[in-house]
Formats: sequence, C-alpha cells, structure tokens
Amino acid sequence: MSIARRHRRPLPGFGISLGLGTAWLGVVVLLPLAALALRAVGLGTDGWLRAIGDSRVQAALELSFGAALLAAFIAALVGALVAWVVVRYRFPGRRLLDALVDLPFALPTAVAGIALTAIYAPNGSVGRLFAEHDIKIAYATPGIVIALVFIGLPFAVRTLQPVLETLGREQEEAAASLGASRFTTLRRVIVPELLPALLTGFSLAFARGLGEYGSVIFIAGNLPFKTEIAPLLITIRLEEYDYDGAVAIAALLLVASFACLLAINAIPALLSHGKRSDG
Amino acid sequence: MAEAHDVLHEPAWLRRTLIALAVLAMLALVAMPLGMVLAAAFAKGPGVWLAALREPDALSALRLTLFTAAIVIPVNAIFGLFAAWALARFEFRGKQLLLALIDLPFAVSPVVAGLCLVLLFGAQGWFAELLQRHEVKILFARPGIVLATLFVTFPFVVRELLPLMQQQGADEELAARSLGAGAWTMFRRVTLPNIKWGLLYGVLLCSARAMGEFGAVSVVSGHIRGLTNTLPLHIEILYNEFDGTAAFAAASLLAGLALVTLVLKFWLEARHGDAIAQSHRRH
Repeated sequence: MSIARRHRRPLPGFGISLGLGTAWLGVVVLLPLAALALRAVGLGTDGWLRAIGDSRVQAALELSFGAALLAAFIAALVGALVAWVVVRYRFPGRRLLDALVDLPFALPTAVAGIALTAIYAPNGSVGRLFAEHDIKIAYATPGIVIALVFIGLPFAVRTLQPVLETLGREQEEAAASLGASRFTTLRRVIVPELLPALLTGFSLAFARGLGEYGSVIFIAGNLPFKTEIAPLLITIRLEEYDYDGAVAIAALLLVASFACLLAINAIPALLSHGKRSDG
Repeated sequence: MAEAHDVLHEPAWLRRTLIALAVLAMLALVAMPLGMVLAAAFAKGPGVWLAALREPDALSALRLTLFTAAIVIPVNAIFGLFAAWALARFEFRGKQLLLALIDLPFAVSPVVAGLCLVLLFGAQGWFAELLQRHEVKILFARPGIVLATLFVTFPFVVRELLPLMQQQGADEELAARSLGAGAWTMFRRVTLPNIKWGLLYGVLLCSARAMGEFGAVSVVSGHIRGLTNTLPLHIEILYNEFDGTAAFAAASLLAGLALVTLVLKFWLEARHGDAIAQSHRRH
C-alpha cells in the first residue's frame, strides 16, 4: 500500500524523514515517559493508593484539579468574548488586541508569575484595593486561578477564532428570516456550532493548567494543605528523595493529560455524530 | 433585506459594551503583567537595570540560557523539518498515532517531564551505573538542562510546519521532481522558500520557550549558582531574596524576547498572511 503510494508520488526522503523523526521522538520524549510509566507500574495499585491517599497529596490534588477546572471555565468564557469581538466587530486597536492574545504563549511562566504576584499581592496595584476589604488574591486560591486563566486564555481564543471565522452567515440569516430573535439565533444556531471548539479550548486550558508550575508557585503562597499545587508537591517529594511519592502524583497527572488529549481528539466526532448527514 | 440585516447585528450599545469588556479583560489579564515587568525593571532607572544584568551570576545564567537555546533550537528545527516532511507528504500506517505522540509534550506538566529525566539519569535511574562508570554527569549539569528543554520545546517547529505544508500541497515539489530536480535541489529551491516564514515563526516560538522554560529545568538543574542556573531560575532566586528590581530586570530580557516574537508574528500575518499556518491552536 505504502509502496504503491510512493510510486504515485515520487517525492524523496520518506524513509529518512520518518526514521529520523521517529527516532528523535523516541529519544527525547518517549524514553523519559517510559521511565516514568514503568516506575509507576512498579509501584503497584497498593503502593500507588498509599502514596495518593496521603492527606497532603489529597489536598494538593483537590486544589490543582479544582483551580484548573475553574480557570479553564473562566478562560473559555472570556476567550469566547474576546474571539467574538475580534472576529465579528471592527474597531480601532482590533489587530493589537488580537496580537495580545498570544502573549501568554510567549511570555515565560516565571516572568508571568512574578508579574502577577506583584500586581495582586496585598501591596500591589490591584491587590491593595482588595486588601482594604480583607480579600486576599495573591498567596490564596484566587491568585492561583488568575495565573491559570492567564495561561489558558490563548488556548480558548485560538480554538474558537477559526470556527467563528468560517461560521457561515447563511444559517444566521435563515434563522432571522424565519423570525428568530437575535438571542434565539445565538442560542439555537451560533452556540451549537461553537460548542466543539469551546470544549476543545476548555480541555486544552484545563490540561495546561493542571500541570502548570512556573506562573503559579510565585502567586500561590505554597502552604501545605492550603495553597500547595500538585506539581509543586512532586518537586518537594523529589527533594525528600521520596521517588515513589513523586512518581505516584506524576502518574496521576500524566493519566489526566492523556485523558484530556483523548477528549480533545474525540470531541468533534462525538458532537457531530448524527448531526450532519451531508458531511 | 435591510430588516433582515438589522436582525443579524447586535444593537450598537451591546456591540460597544462587548468590545469594552473584551478590551478591559485583555488589559487586566494580559497587558498589565507585561507592563508591570517593564515598569518594575526600570523603576530605579536604566543604570540600576544594567547593573543588575551585569552581576556575575546574572551573566552566567544568561550564558547558560543562550548555550541551551543554541543547542535546542537547531536540533528541534532540523528534526522538526524531517518529521513535518514525513507527516505532510506521505501516507503511512501509524500516522495518526505519531501525530498524537508529537503533541504529548504540550499536555505533560513540565515538572513531570523533569521527573522523567531524574528517573532516567538520577542516582537510582536506568542509566545510573553506565553514567557512573564513564563519569558522565547529566542531572544537575548542562546536559540535563538541555534534555529537559528539548522535551518541552519538541513540538513547536513540527506543529508550525505541518499545517502549512499540508495547506500548500505537494504540486510544486512534484513539478520540480518531474523537471529532474534532485532531492536537495527540490528542498532548497522549492520547499524551503515556501515554508521559510512558517519555519522562522516556529523557531521563534521554540526560542521563546527554550529560553523561558522554568518547571522542567528547575527539577533537573540542581540550582547551583553560577553553574546550572538559567535565566528563569536566576529570576526565581532573586525574587525569593526580595531583590525585586534585579528579578524584574532579568525578567525584562525574557519579556523583550516575548515581545519580539509577537511583533514578528504580527508582521508576518500582515505581510505574508498565507506564508504561515492559518490556525495556531496549540502552543
């Protein structure tokens, strides 16, 4: 099959490019991940449950999953707003706003972390306003969520944007001509079309937020049982030479990342199933 | 017709409110941290900023960061080119799996990536004996930092090139081949000119991440001052020592790199809109 194909497309370098590409993937990514996977399997179910059952680990996992979920939800909402405005409206500074969306991709996480902390700390420009009302943002859960929204926002915007751009006006026109109000059109026509992209953006933001380290550890405060995220606890276990403890948490995060990747790949198929017959 | 047109648009007040909200959200969430870095870095004047960057520890951190980038960027760019060529131009069994595996480093926590390397090269690791016998140090030394950075920046160039090459199709390359061009001539005269802007953008994204990586490098570096501290790790140390000005001075270098990346992307999209991949959804 592949040989026949190559005869029809006489392009050079299939063997060498596939070989080098796969070898590079194997050495740089798969070999390290295999080391973790084997070590995790070596723990056995009992060892894994014992390590995960630790109350400090439980608290860190709850915080990490909870904050990442909330942040992904906020990022999806704000991202939808920004994507909508950038695609649908024309206003001065629109292209600049669009360019700004990529900043969290490009800004190193440690830089974002100290900047967000300086802003939201009790003596910071924004944190001060909240400190007057005894609300803590930095060194508390809200700060963690803000850092994760910052990290996740571009994923939401950049998955929604192409879908919004190709979303035909015809369906909206049809809905309007049938007497639907703008709100009904939004609810019945636009939102269902955007749903797969919204869910993909949400999953990407969640996956990234769950493992995020650099931007969070500065703003989190890192108090065990309170503001200690799971990735930080991995590094702490490592420093204590508790490799099994570190591996147990890491394995759980890795499985969660795999689940997210699977979900992202399955979302379009699941949602479009039976909806479109004409493809 | 005019009536239908009206129903298709939100009323002006709603439009303006939505624009204002979006701009406000982006200013508060994204622009403000960037402004904060620059303001804090230069708060005590350019002299203090420069002095903070000329500290021996800062200089050695900068050197290590540039050293790492100088290895990681070309390696990931060259192998990324090969992988993108195989994936964009040929059909083969396992292609979907390979595509999914390439995305893995985007989904894996940087700390988990660092831990994986500890399990390979650490005192109890797979290669511990081998390394000890040959007196090679990987963990808490430069090779570990390079490997961690390779892991996290692995997908950037491939992911940038792949959609672009798929969009462009193989027609021009096939034409070159049918006119008798050899593999190298075809690559140099047809493929490379077609993908150069996408490649440049991928390399730039890879550079920004390579120089800014924190979590993975933090796990494998050992934090030895003047030896295994990269610029982001140096920022952390300064910040934890309450030397905010110096921390932000170092941070402003990396923020500058991020800004260059964004400006270049802005320019590429304006001038060569069709020469970089249309959808940038995963970085």
